[in-house]
Amino acid sequence: MRITLTVNGTRREVDGVWEGESLLYALRERMGLPGSKNACEQGECGSCTVYLDGLPVCSCLVAAGQADGREVTTVEGLSADGELRPVQQAFLACGAVQCGFCTPGLIVSTHDLLERNPQPSDPEIREALAGNLCRCTGYEKIMDAVRLASRAQERAS
Amino acid sequence: MEFLAPTTWADALAAKAACPGALPVTGGTDVLVEINFDRRRPPALLDLTRVAELRDWAPDRGRIRLGAAVTYSRVIDELATALPGLAMAARTIGSPQIRNRGTVGGNLGAASPAGDSHPPLLAADAVVEVASAARGVREVPVAQFYTGVKTNALAPDELIAAVLVAPPRGPQQFCKIGTRNAMVIAVSAFGFALHPDRRAVGTGIGSAAPTPRRAEAAAEFLAGELDAAGLWESRGELPDGLAREFGHRVRAAAAPIDDVRGSAAYRLHSLSVMARRAATWAWNDYRRAA
Repeated sequence: MRITLTVNGTRREVDGVWEGESLLYALRERMGLPGSKNACEQGECGSCTVYLDGLPVCSCLVAAGQADGREVTTVEGLSADGELRPVQQAFLACGAVQCGFCTPGLIVSTHDLLERNPQPSDPEIREALAGNLCRCTGYEKIMDAVRLASRAQERAS
Repeated sequence: MEFLAPTTWADALAAKAACPGALPVTGGTDVLVEINFDRRRPPALLDLTRVAELRDWAPDRGRIRLGAAVTYSRVIDELATALPGLAMAARTIGSPQIRNRGTVGGNLGAASPAGDSHPPLLAADAVVEVASAARGVREVPVAQFYTGVKTNALAPDELIAAVLVAPPRGPQQFCKIGTRNAMVIAVSAFGFALHPDRRAVGTGIGSAAPTPRRAEAAAEFLAGELDAAGLWESRGELPDGLAREFGHRVRAAAAPIDDVRGSAAYRLHSLSVMARRAATWAWNDYRRAA
């Protein structure tokens, strides 16, 4: 089937979509957007997190057909003209990236957290990132990165 | 596989009647897992996310009518006062990403004994509104909705329209045991409600029987003891040992199995502890509300 949706601000028409296919598969394999990662395919790990109509969701659990006519923002859509956002810079600066597989999902979840709550407490950070698993860092450097991004955004505003 | 995407409730019911094997999907947090892992290949997916009637809640003749496709995030944000037990349960579900998609209607459709919505719906005497194109609307008390492991009372041509819940007349509680605080399928769960207007107690057991179920005898015992001691009126302290005895009787209502998430023995033990705590917390809330 064909689906038409807006991805990172651009209208996309995608043909040949299988009716049982996930939005994640369509993004990676049909639209050339491999930023969202495919790991657990059951909503446990959060590495496929994207915005769907403004809300962070696991794209592996959205049927591609359900995204027809909707607006999707992936991690690729969070940096404008190759310029990294404060959240992305903070992950680099803090060493919150090791193997990097969980990073895109964590970037999207952190971006959403700081949009809703610019100065989160540590328990609020842990709660907001509870659906994103990292098996490398032990989370401490991720916590550092979120705190740094929060401070950087505060200074910039 | 077909992909059916009706935009009205009438079209959704007609689609289900024409293709009874179509699998309804809203948040996809259960359905897409089964598709991704090749466990299920229904003849059609019936996407209900475009049916506006399912996406809202509203007061309706003295009850809250919660559309089947209202997400857990919205239950938490908008219904914490009107549906306190359900909102407490919703906060324990999955992660922010899952709560942004998962729905109470989906939980009922999946009818897993471990679904977190079920204990608070049982404790609050919720009613499930289902509908078909041929026979119209019928209301099923939630305790009769669960018919077996992952099966429910829906006919093949029926869809879940809404859940109807009376506003709380007393405190409600929800407890859940899992191995961590997020992304957990319940090892065991318990929902509790005080109904002082009719001197009754509501209970719901999760993950400790083939279906979600009530602890009827335990609820009648506790309500009767409170009545006999005049405590519904006096709002006095719970007598020594009453909450503990209630916990033992809740445990007696369960029929758990050993599985990968926990042993039957642990489920029984944790249920008696959760029931004791939930009753104590709710009673203390009832006393403070005087």
